[in-house]
Amino acid sequence: MKTRDLVHVALFAAIVAALGLMPPLALPFIPVPITAQTLGVMLAGSSLGARKAGLSLLLFHLLVAAGLPLLAGGNGGLSVYVGPTGGFFVGFLPGAFVIGWLTERAWSRLSVPLAFAINVLGGIGVLYAVGIPWLAVAANLPLAKAALGSLAFLPGDCVKAAVAASVAVTLKRAWPLIQPPRPAGATSAPPSSTPAASPAPSSPRR
Amino acid sequence: MSLGVYLHRDSPLHAVPAGAKMLALLAAGTGLLLFRSLPVVSAALAVTLGLYGLARLRPREVAPVLRLSAFVLGPLFLMQVWLSGWVFALESVLRLAVLLLLATLVSQTTRASDMLESLERAFRPLARFGLSPARLGLLLSLTLRFIPLLATWLREIQEAQRVRGLERNPLAVLVPLLVKTLRTADTLADAIDARCFDPEEPS
Repeated sequence: MKTRDLVHVALFAAIVAALGLMPPLALPFIPVPITAQTLGVMLAGSSLGARKAGLSLLLFHLLVAAGLPLLAGGNGGLSVYVGPTGGFFVGFLPGAFVIGWLTERAWSRLSVPLAFAINVLGGIGVLYAVGIPWLAVAANLPLAKAALGSLAFLPGDCVKAAVAASVAVTLKRAWPLIQPPRPAGATSAPPSSTPAASPAPSSPRR
Repeated sequence: MSLGVYLHRDSPLHAVPAGAKMLALLAAGTGLLLFRSLPVVSAALAVTLGLYGLARLRPREVAPVLRLSAFVLGPLFLMQVWLSGWVFALESVLRLAVLLLLATLVSQTTRASDMLESLERAFRPLARFGLSPARLGLLLSLTLRFIPLLATWLREIQEAQRVRGLERNPLAVLVPLLVKTLRTADTLADAIDARCFDPEEPS
């Protein structure tokens, strides 16, 4: 992993945290404001790709578990995990990973509808798949009731997926980070395994 | 921004290593999940309150943390009463309350840095995915430094877009934020490389 990749991992963990600290994003077409943290998860996945997005969210988990109040509403510490909504938070990591993995696969033909489908699958499907059973166990609720309660978040999450999808497609034009999967050995730049005493050998992506 | 919920005291609980406390919390969580009858849960609650006394934390200091959970526990209790009766509701909500209290206790008696260290140890097997301790240290400090900076940028961009009447357009806010972040990442990576940080070093 190059230094650049490490920095990306760190900065996207910071983006997820900063979006949680911020007052909710105001959207034009929905009166309910939307907390932006899961949006950060979707953005990390669709900008960084599976591996870096996964590491990024793992880093975020470490910071929260260590007691830093980085979740929306100033929440943090181990109590986040034992609480009823802990599963949705835990789902951040696999969610971002799945979004990243699918985005890498779809990269060369990424369109807004496709990116939306990917973000729904990873950011809603995976997140809820972890969160709803967790809620059912932690709160002693029947699974169906837990699922029904979570439906309240579905509209907001769909809006977030739509926003993340258009951001992902715009970012693909403005500053692409993901390369489509290529056959092995086709990389042009030599991997920098030597200590970088000279300026960084990697080419800037401009 | 206050970092963390740690409260310093001179108590036996503060002296217990972070890893041991986290394992104990894990064990308590599993135990309470398996034995959730009312007597067991009440006993656990008593023990937990005793631990708070042992840690010399005053109720006044714990209350703000718990106020957040009350918003979840209250409605949940009512829903459980309606769904499956008093006893069951009391059991499940008390169990959750005990777990939240215990987890809060661990967070309040353990420094964030100690917690990070023991988490780092727990995640050491991940080194083969490129997460050696040296890199993890760099990542953690970079992230912590950049959270307030990114929050500032987000505010700045929102202000700039307000001038254009675009502040309600999430695309007009998020794309510049990401591009700015990524451009900074490039500069930062070059700066780190120029100072001879070797990310490949297996330390």
